[in-house]
Amino acid sequence: MQRNTYFLIFIVILAIVAIWVDLPTNPGIHIDFAGIKIDRDIKVHEGLDLQGGLQVILQAKESEATPANAETMAAAKGIVENRVNALGVSEPLIQLQGSNRIIVELPGIKDPAQAIQTFGRTGLLEFIDAGSTSLPAGTIVTTTLGGPSSVAAEGATTPLTPTTPLTSTVAPTLAPTSVPTPTLAVTPTLAVTTTTGLTATAAATTTAPVTPTVPPPTIYRTVITGKLLKSAEVGFDETGKPQINFALQKVGNEPQDDGPKIFADYTSQNVGKFLAIVLDKRVISCPSIQSAITNGSGRITGQFTLQEAKNMVIVLKYGALPVPLEVVENRTVGPTLGQDSVRKSLVAGAIGLLIVIAFMLIYYRLPGFLADVALLLYAAVVFALFKLIPVTLTLPGIAGFILSIGMAVDANILIFERMKEELRWGKTLGAAVEAGFARAWTSIRDSNISTMITCAILFWFGMNFGASIIRGFALTLFIGVAVSLFTAITVTRTFLRSLMNTEYAKSRWAFGLPPEKAEEV
Amino acid sequence: MLEAIGNFFKDLVSNIVGRRYWWFALSGLIIIPGLAAMIISTVQTGGPLKPAIDFTGGTLWELSNFQNPLDLGAVREILTKNGFGDAALQTSEKAGQQGLMIRAKHIGSEAKAAIDTDLKERFGGYTELRFESVGPAIGAEVAQRAQWAVGLAALGVLLYISWAFRQVPNPFRYGACAIIALLHDVLVVIGLFAIFGLIFGIEVDALFLTALLTGPIGFSVHDTIVVFDRIRENRKRYPNENFERLVNHSILQTLDRSINTTLTVLFTLTALFLFGGVTVRYFVLALLIGITTGAYSSIFNASCLLVVWENGEIGRFFRRLFGRKTQPAVARGG
Repeated sequence: MQRNTYFLIFIVILAIVAIWVDLPTNPGIHIDFAGIKIDRDIKVHEGLDLQGGLQVILQAKESEATPANAETMAAAKGIVENRVNALGVSEPLIQLQGSNRIIVELPGIKDPAQAIQTFGRTGLLEFIDAGSTSLPAGTIVTTTLGGPSSVAAEGATTPLTPTTPLTSTVAPTLAPTSVPTPTLAVTPTLAVTTTTGLTATAAATTTAPVTPTVPPPTIYRTVITGKLLKSAEVGFDETGKPQINFALQKVGNEPQDDGPKIFADYTSQNVGKFLAIVLDKRVISCPSIQSAITNGSGRITGQFTLQEAKNMVIVLKYGALPVPLEVVENRTVGPTLGQDSVRKSLVAGAIGLLIVIAFMLIYYRLPGFLADVALLLYAAVVFALFKLIPVTLTLPGIAGFILSIGMAVDANILIFERMKEELRWGKTLGAAVEAGFARAWTSIRDSNISTMITCAILFWFGMNFGASIIRGFALTLFIGVAVSLFTAITVTRTFLRSLMNTEYAKSRWAFGLPPEKAEEV
Repeated sequence: MLEAIGNFFKDLVSNIVGRRYWWFALSGLIIIPGLAAMIISTVQTGGPLKPAIDFTGGTLWELSNFQNPLDLGAVREILTKNGFGDAALQTSEKAGQQGLMIRAKHIGSEAKAAIDTDLKERFGGYTELRFESVGPAIGAEVAQRAQWAVGLAALGVLLYISWAFRQVPNPFRYGACAIIALLHDVLVVIGLFAIFGLIFGIEVDALFLTALLTGPIGFSVHDTIVVFDRIRENRKRYPNENFERLVNHSILQTLDRSINTTLTVLFTLTALFLFGGVTVRYFVLALLIGITTGAYSSIFNASCLLVVWENGEIGRFFRRLFGRKTQPAVARGG
């Protein structure tokens, strides 16, 4: 009996702690006293499907020059991590999956498309020798570092993309309308322009069947790559337009490692010519060289917004990915859909809980009532654990939790049915209660272990497949099963033992049995 | 006559094992149409179920709250321009807001940005409820992993039961019967969803798989073990009792518990099905079906199968199944 009292005290303390943790206004633990420093928020971690957000699986685009191995993937993950942190997302999750994938989860992100472009692009910066002709922004080029296919990953996009191919496809459609015009009274100058226009058209139509995005055959020489970049930051030009200020540095003792010197030599030898600034094989801008730049710094101007400039700086700052990545899976959930689902699931959970409580009370009477108290404790403890561990709550996770409410009483039902049987066989109340718990234990143990095995395999499956949704469900169900073993057995037994010698437990009615000796089974 | 019917039901409830072939036939009655639906579906679409983008790869894009009135023709034009002319469009009306669901093949982030720009230009602003796009390679991989997960879970459970029942004769039979009951439940759920797929176009996604692992594999085995545990206990207590009677008695002893536990789980799931969000509705439906059939199979299939096996009736079982169907099993309890 003594031991039972301790259990009872423990359960009461547990209930108080659990309820405190569960409070939506919980302030968290912030202690800074006598050398002990704890600074922790206690709150519900909502999954992507609840609060909205983005989940992306990036896969390495392997080639001979850029192999995907443990080293390059780890480096790529580090760079993606830095870029994501620079975006300022709270609680991002970035992890490697398998041998060539990276999963990125960004809860509550406002502009998912921009985010992907920022953390997912390769970010290979090149200054190329464009010669004496300017390259229009958006042109895809081949450089001495390799063709565009090796780097121009999906993330490497600018709003300008469609314009480059469009201009070349529009030309031929305009041509036929201009053909009938050279009739009679046309001035020689105009005739010249039409003929030149016609030849240009002819050239365009012959090349049209080839996809217009095919880069010009010229291979441009790469003068400097992003490796020699020292810093990059957003600035503004004279008209207030955003630009990117950069500085180069010397990274080694070899001639090709001295950024400022290469830049100075090149610019002094090529005054009046064009230098194209290329990111992921796409031209950003192509300024002409006015004079030699010897201090190793400069600026990138172009048609981009402040936000785009900021994101480009993030990309440049942390260097290029050692291996290009492409988006193979993208899941974006808006916040409204999630909030609606949470509200509905909570209502459903409350209704389910009430029905189970009513059922247990009506069918099992006194033990049923005690099981209901244990069930409420169960719900409080599980939810507290979700907040403390913390478990990220997803919609299927909530479904798993609600399902586990129905399951949590299973152990109670097993025990109470057994108690009834023992009572029918003529055992005294006390003996029947003890036998009920003892005899039901083996089936409770074996059945719950098999459920836990399933949970573990589901969890593994979710891990490997990057589905946090499945992982969440498996974890919530596992915690539910584990806690229910405690509440349904230990807690209910403690309550029953405490009531054993009181008036309430004397009647057979309280245990759901007919008043006198019942039938033999 | 009335008395005969009354006796019939009394006998039905008290002699579950004796009527085992009836229960097997009832299972067949549910599974065979499901199998037929799976075959029809395989002929029509190349797979027994209608797979969602999780397995096939593809895009699900849900938009609402358009500033300018929605015009499907214009949407299609924009999609066609960007190379997604074969996308399926579906509109919905919720709280006075027009919603649009786009289903297409995998849309990469570059293509998405382009379509986004075009749509914004045409319709002003809109709210993106969700965008899910899965590459085809990933989809195929998921489907393959799923089979592994189901196989592994079944193996893990088989090994555990064989170990937990090591003290009874032929422990492997207990594990095997639990697994057969489990496969029965998997077939029931998959079969019904094959029918749903054919009639209502319901797709199965990664969550369906979770439901499959939880319902049949988690709970069916859970329930089966409770009955088997009672058989194990009774066997120790009455070592000389006829096995068939012993199993029947064990089922009856645990029947209240089986029904009550299933009821409490079904209460919560039904609440979730009726009042929960739409996104998990089919997941909950799969769980509901899986848990119901799990409870059924643990009582009427797993234990009965154990008797069939222990009595050496397997050969006879097949003879009955394929032979004289006009004379269904007569209770043979000793």
